[in-house]
Amino acid sequence: MKRWEFRLSGTGGQGLITAGIILAEAAVIEGKEVVQSQSYGPEARGGASKAEVIIDTKKINYPKVVIPDVLLAMSPEAAQKYGSEIKEGGTIIVDSSFIENFVNEKAKVIKIPITKLAKEEIGKTFVANIIAVSALVGLTKVVSFEALKEAVLNRIPKGTEEINIKALEIGWRWAQEKV
Amino acid sequence: MKKRKARLVQGNRACAEGALAAGVRFFAGYPITPSTEIAEIMSEELPKLGGKFIQMEDEIGGMTCILGAALTGKKVLTASSGPGISLKQEAIGYAALAEIPCVIVNVQRLGPSTGGPTSTAQGDIMQARWGTHGDHPIIALCPSSVYECFTLTVTAVNYAEKYRTPVYVLLDEIIGHMREKVEFPDISELEIIDRKRPDCPPVDYLPYKIDKTLIPAMADFGTGYKWHVTGLMHDETGFPTGKPEIIDAQLKRLMNKIEKYEDEILLWEDIETDDAEILIVAYGSTARSAVEAVENLRTEGIKVGLFRPITIWPFPEKALRSKLENVKHIIVPEMNYGQLSLEVERVCKDKAPVSGLYKVNSLPLSPNEVMAKVREVL
Repeated sequence: MKRWEFRLSGTGGQGLITAGIILAEAAVIEGKEVVQSQSYGPEARGGASKAEVIIDTKKINYPKVVIPDVLLAMSPEAAQKYGSEIKEGGTIIVDSSFIENFVNEKAKVIKIPITKLAKEEIGKTFVANIIAVSALVGLTKVVSFEALKEAVLNRIPKGTEEINIKALEIGWRWAQEKV
Repeated sequence: MKKRKARLVQGNRACAEGALAAGVRFFAGYPITPSTEIAEIMSEELPKLGGKFIQMEDEIGGMTCILGAALTGKKVLTASSGPGISLKQEAIGYAALAEIPCVIVNVQRLGPSTGGPTSTAQGDIMQARWGTHGDHPIIALCPSSVYECFTLTVTAVNYAEKYRTPVYVLLDEIIGHMREKVEFPDISELEIIDRKRPDCPPVDYLPYKIDKTLIPAMADFGTGYKWHVTGLMHDETGFPTGKPEIIDAQLKRLMNKIEKYEDEILLWEDIETDDAEILIVAYGSTARSAVEAVENLRTEGIKVGLFRPITIWPFPEKALRSKLENVKHIIVPEMNYGQLSLEVERVCKDKAPVSGLYKVNSLPLSPNEVMAKVREVL
């Protein structure tokens, strides 16, 4: 397996760091090497937020993403700030609920109305991060769906299993349609 | 070696788990980014183990409170960052002079002042050495991975107990907040050290007795041993003294007790140093960029190596000097404007020139920046 660098970006409160942790825990379940890091402002909510995950079969030295293979942008500000930093032939997933008219000629741009799907199909916008991470895994197959599901179930509060599994399925379905 | 199952663990959590494994049963502090998780985890875990967590009124209270608990016989921890560590300095000096075992985790953030609460930096290297006034010994350990956050916190607690001294664990925001796949050693495999306690009757006890170990036995408050603790210069009984010859003897013992045991205190790692012509000296998260740079440059045939001090204080100067045989140039990358490089220069300047690579803008030093610097001095 090659080295994968993921950058998950958006606004504080969208659950991007949680999504990054879930992706990293799925990699641990599969026995891969993984480092997850983050950067965010001093605010409790709002402000730019970014989680990074590196997955490899070899030991990972530098813990930060140099140039991502995959970028997730969940806010117009994140798309603007990070939209041009992508590997040639990489993948950019944008939340088209918030981001219109995004183009990048180096990468495949996948538009998914992530937050809208969370709101309309599940009725809870807070599962948008689960839809996003599922789409991200569905597009890259960096880990298996089973490992991702196990990681999600390990991390979420009791009583939310059903809506989170539904969110996983929505993200996965959209990714398969876009491949 | 028997290990637990692999988990994804954050650096700050690893520090907390290491402290608990080493026997820390008391934490007082005043949570501050980017060290907050340590207080959070201790508040959850300590009560389960019969320990105590106290959120104090301020940083100074957090530091003085752990000193009180340490005097009763507890192994103690506090954690802070940036301005919080500045506020604790007077009490750290008190711990050094009164010889109270304690561990302070400093998750370094961008400074000075409030600086950048969520930004990484390595600007507290000299503060760890000289932040409190007056000559005093100090030990500071600097992890480069989540795994080391665990193992070096165990080591820090052991050193504090064994040498009766404050010990820093110096993280930076990257190491504190990053998560890695780790398998920590089982508690049964760890060496755990407890402070030496008196074996004489209370009436004969001298809390600052000078003997050849240089480390006096320490009695727990509340066990019948009555002794005086002060930040004033004191004699063997712990009571203040103004006699120059007694001050001299006690302060010399204080300074020498760390120097005497340096062989068992000092820790470092070196990579590809045998034939190295360019030597990088790096620590904390910056050392990870340096490892990447060394691995990449070696594939091009460039003879570059890394020396990573793990004990920043005391500085492993003999070990560093032993790696300089073929070295023509030394590079010190740091997320400050040149702090440890001063120490490297002191130790190495008769052998090779020392160039700093400094970055203080909230961003980490990347492997590419380290490689560019190596190419510049080639």
